[in-house]
Amino acid sequence: MHGGACALAILVTGFMAGPAAAYTAYVSNEKDNTMSVVDTATMQVVKTVNVGQRPRGITISHDGKHVYLCASDDDSIEVIDTATLEIVDTLPSGPDPELFVLSPDGKTLYVANEDDNLVTVIDIESKKVLAEIPVGVEPEGMGVSPDGKTMVNTSETTNMAHFIDTSTHEITHNVLVDTRPRFVEFTPDGKQAWVSAEIGGTVSVIDNETREVVHKITFEISGLRAESIQPVGVRITADGKKAYVALGPANRVAVVDTETYEVEKYILVGQRVWQLAFTPDQKTIISTNGVSNDITFIDVATDEPVQSVTVGALPWGVVVSPN
Amino acid sequence: MTSAVPCTLAAFLCFFSPTVNVPGAAAQEASPVATAKPEKKITEIKIGYLRAYAPQLALSVFDVPPRDEGVAGGNVAIADNNTTGSFLRQKFSLDVTEVKPDADVVPAFQEMIAKGERYVVADLSARQLLSIADLARDNGVLIFNAGATDDSLREEECRANIFHTIPTRSMLADGLAQYLIWKQWRRWVLIYGSHERDQLFAEALRRAATRFGGEIVAEKEFKDTGTARRTDSGVVQIQRQMPVFTQDLPEHDVLLVADESEVFGTYVPFRTWIARPVAGTAGLTPSAWHPASEQWGGTQIQNRFAKANGRRMLSKDMAAWTAVRILGEAATRTQGADPRKMADFIRSDDFSIAAFKGQKLTFRKWNQQLRQPIFLGDNRSVVSTSPQEGFLHQVSELDTLGVDEPETKCVLK
Repeated sequence: MHGGACALAILVTGFMAGPAAAYTAYVSNEKDNTMSVVDTATMQVVKTVNVGQRPRGITISHDGKHVYLCASDDDSIEVIDTATLEIVDTLPSGPDPELFVLSPDGKTLYVANEDDNLVTVIDIESKKVLAEIPVGVEPEGMGVSPDGKTMVNTSETTNMAHFIDTSTHEITHNVLVDTRPRFVEFTPDGKQAWVSAEIGGTVSVIDNETREVVHKITFEISGLRAESIQPVGVRITADGKKAYVALGPANRVAVVDTETYEVEKYILVGQRVWQLAFTPDQKTIISTNGVSNDITFIDVATDEPVQSVTVGALPWGVVVSPN
Repeated sequence: MTSAVPCTLAAFLCFFSPTVNVPGAAAQEASPVATAKPEKKITEIKIGYLRAYAPQLALSVFDVPPRDEGVAGGNVAIADNNTTGSFLRQKFSLDVTEVKPDADVVPAFQEMIAKGERYVVADLSARQLLSIADLARDNGVLIFNAGATDDSLREEECRANIFHTIPTRSMLADGLAQYLIWKQWRRWVLIYGSHERDQLFAEALRRAATRFGGEIVAEKEFKDTGTARRTDSGVVQIQRQMPVFTQDLPEHDVLLVADESEVFGTYVPFRTWIARPVAGTAGLTPSAWHPASEQWGGTQIQNRFAKANGRRMLSKDMAAWTAVRILGEAATRTQGADPRKMADFIRSDDFSIAAFKGQKLTFRKWNQQLRQPIFLGDNRSVVSTSPQEGFLHQVSELDTLGVDEPETKCVLK
């Protein structure tokens, strides 16, 4: 633990040096219907906000002014003003929204409606539903290509990644992946979509040109049974070189070389790690650890865990302010 | 069949126009991918469901089996399969055939074969199931047992064309025993009923005691004397009778009940001579599914099931759902409905199924029993799931539940 404390000191000093380095992280806590607001410089919870029921998916507008939060059991998306931390609006999400992704231009939200086998397309400004796209059973993972032209949804029981043309709202390709696909992350160059499979225990790398699986990443941790390795959240660095994969009840985040697909390291964080988010400066990645009710700050340069911070009950998703 | 390569999926793009509120059909015709290949015709996959049913009594009205127990789970899986099938041009259907619990099932099964059903989910007694096993084999029919918990069907009487999605009595008993040992409640007394299935579960509990270090310090049989299960004066009598019945038992930590026949089990908790927890078929009960499980995505299947059926999902519903989903998964992965290819896939190392139990489920190769965690709960909530922490195994911790490969008597034929 001495190493951790030392790294923490360095990290804090580093943040203090640059004026733009203090960000705010927002964490959705599924079990106690709150959102924790965390200062990434001090690594402390500065406020806990009461939100709708069963908050899960969370994202933020490009200008950092609004947090969007899926209140799954309220069948709505709440819009939270980041200046006042008050719920200022709701968006029509369709039933049981779980996870969503914001289009690169920041105008459209693509929402997975888990109970109704739909993806709902919402225009944020007019608060109108533009389309409801039928997909497979239990839609969950949502990703959008950097050019905004392609959106990908995964369905957990159908075990497919559905590639959807964002101009027509039509599915163009259905790619079979391993059991219970949970999350989609595009590489920054838009050439690949990475899809995690929680029960299958793999990450499928899909070529965005051919829409075929070009590689399957597997994980192995000595002393852990294979069944406990359940990949969920995936994040890829802005330079496209490293991918971080949250491994659920394996309590670790895997660091993967995107060139070789080799796992370089397993970082021990908290219990049942699900989602991940980078700070905008890419110096830190934060994991949500549901069962231990905390989040872990990981130093991206060293891939060492820096500190864990207790948040609300069953932290699910995390997003960091862009400024 | 054309060769099954992933890219053929591209040809079956978006085919559910009626429910889509976007300019669907026109846009689709213009798509270069859709015009490049001829439209594939819909593959129909008919699944038979053969069940023995008659209204049953129970000590509590809560425990009277619903009319559609099991079938309802199968139908939810059909809907799930068809959602997936809409992307692959596959259509699934479930055809239910009912017989009486003690009836000869052969004629009904022959009719199903004649109708062309090559996959059958069975909710039958062990005797009934065995009576159709050879006929099924000779006609290339795969059976998924979603009802019978008998260990003998996976042991001496195992068959190569029968897969089992419902856990065995020994898996259930082992799941319970692991928890009691984890709690350090090691001294047990066992009260069992006088019917065959009660005694089979009692035997599974005895085996579990030996296996995990529990001690059964006394046993007692509760004879079924044929009295009415529910009468107006019954409650008063039971309150006086059950303490007396349990008065002479030696000191123990837990009282185990084996009463699958619903003769006395429900009456044991809170009525014992000394205050002890009750487990088995009453009190803390092991099961394949729990109607209140919300872990591991369980909320989704529970919502889906409740919405479709207006009741909670029970173990047999889950066993049937799993059986039908396995067939759906096999059809998806093999991209067709060839029974032999599907069976090969289910038997292969590539096969696994997700069933809201926190990990992938696979078949034990030696007897085709689906490995699965066991829920432990009372009638309101889940208390725990087994295998418990610390019960280790060289292959899969799920194999600490039930008869393991080195001890099996099964020779698949």
